Amino acid sequence: MWTRDEMAAIAASELTDGQYVNLGIGIPTLVANNLPEGVRVTLQSENGLLGMGPFPYEGEEDADLINAGKQTVTLLPGGSFFDSATSFGMIRGGHVATAILGALQVAANGDLANWTIPGKLVKGMGGAMDLVAGTPRVIVITDHVAKDGTPKIVETCNLPLTGVGVVDRIITDRAVFDVVDSALVLRAMAPGITAESLIEATGAPFTTDLTELEEVKTA
Amino acid sequence: MATKVVADAAEALASCVRDGMIIAVGGFGLSGIPNRLITALRDSGARGLTIVSNNMGVDGKGLGVLLENKQVSKVMASYVGENKLFAQQFLNNELEVEFVPQGTLAERLRAGGAGIPAFYTPTGFGTPVAEGKETMEFNGRTSILERGIVADISLVRAHEADSEGNLRYRMTSKNFNPLVATAGRITFAEAEIIREDYLDPSLVETPGIFVQHVVETDGIKDIEQRTVRVRQEA
Repeated sequence: MWTRDEMAAIAASELTDGQYVNLGIGIPTLVANNLPEGVRVTLQSENGLLGMGPFPYEGEEDADLINAGKQTVTLLPGGSFFDSATSFGMIRGGHVATAILGALQVAANGDLANWTIPGKLVKGMGGAMDLVAGTPRVIVITDHVAKDGTPKIVETCNLPLTGVGVVDRIITDRAVFDVVDSALVLRAMAPGITAESLIEATGAPFTTDLTELEEVKTA
Repeated sequence: MATKVVADAAEALASCVRDGMIIAVGGFGLSGIPNRLITALRDSGARGLTIVSNNMGVDGKGLGVLLENKQVSKVMASYVGENKLFAQQFLNNELEVEFVPQGTLAERLRAGGAGIPAFYTPTGFGTPVAEGKETMEFNGRTSILERGIVADISLVRAHEADSEGNLRYRMTSKNFNPLVATAGRITFAEAEIIREDYLDPSLVETPGIFVQHVVETDGIKDIEQRTVRVRQEA
């Protein structure tokens, strides 16, 4: 199984120098600490900043400088602030190259559900629907199965959708899948994971082509 | 010319607000929320309000105080995950909720303020957000029709204001505030600094035409998630 940092490093491995990237809450935030050597990306946070830096030193936190997770952050040189309409203009307009976010369920055709569980979880979608609708490349990082052991990768989502056919790559603690022509292709497996156990823990059929992600260490 | 600066926020707001009004409020989380004006709205006692805001505060802070006081009947927001009372009132059917994607909410406020009655966006197509909405295909992609929002009253928070109602914002506390300012039939702005002179005209972010009343903030600025890193010893 891969650790959270290893999952983040797989997501980071495809990013290129100078890209604009939006990172969701949770494991996706770890992508910033796991970039390949020599690669610098500019982080966009949808509440209104480009060039997000690390957390501030203690005593330097500022209520007026937060990220989309409402955490206090810093701004790097060359960064900028803007209003929410401009921010989502960047996102919807396809100016942010890659979005990396979490999931409750992902379907084999790239449908994503990550904002609500009817009657149970009342949170809202925040910027996720705009991000998946507008960003050219969408990467999901998630545990392979839910806390109760049921697959999070499914044939058809039964939770309300965030977007239709929007996910390009799924990185879990057990494997990496790409969505190609509305179907799953296995790209890599984590150490200790067998094909049999993966088939059992995945709620949709998949084909296998490990040539695309050879740099990722597999079992 | 008469100044837009008023000393008593509560009195000024109470003279405008009525039960059942649509109130748009700036801020993201607790950052850039017009805290003094929210307190004034609570003190007005107006009920049955529709609140348009990205978030609904947290328990006991920001717009959360209006929920506690049962003044809100409908909420249009994108994310309310930090408010337990909200979840409780929603699940008890005491509160009507329209979840609006964050970018769609921003654009609906901008459209409302700019005289655009509706617009098409691909955001939310094929999701519950699209239910009951007209769709249209553009360049091989389906978009859904979303309506502009005009509020009876808008409440915003700025960093600096002048007597003309010109506003400037600070860092990410800008968020929805400039959009909310344009979408109100009557807009109240509170500012940390109210200048004796005028703002540099080239640096004005919200021109005073959008703002009817200016008050000073109450100085409260809360941090929702205080995250820091440890300083390395040299």
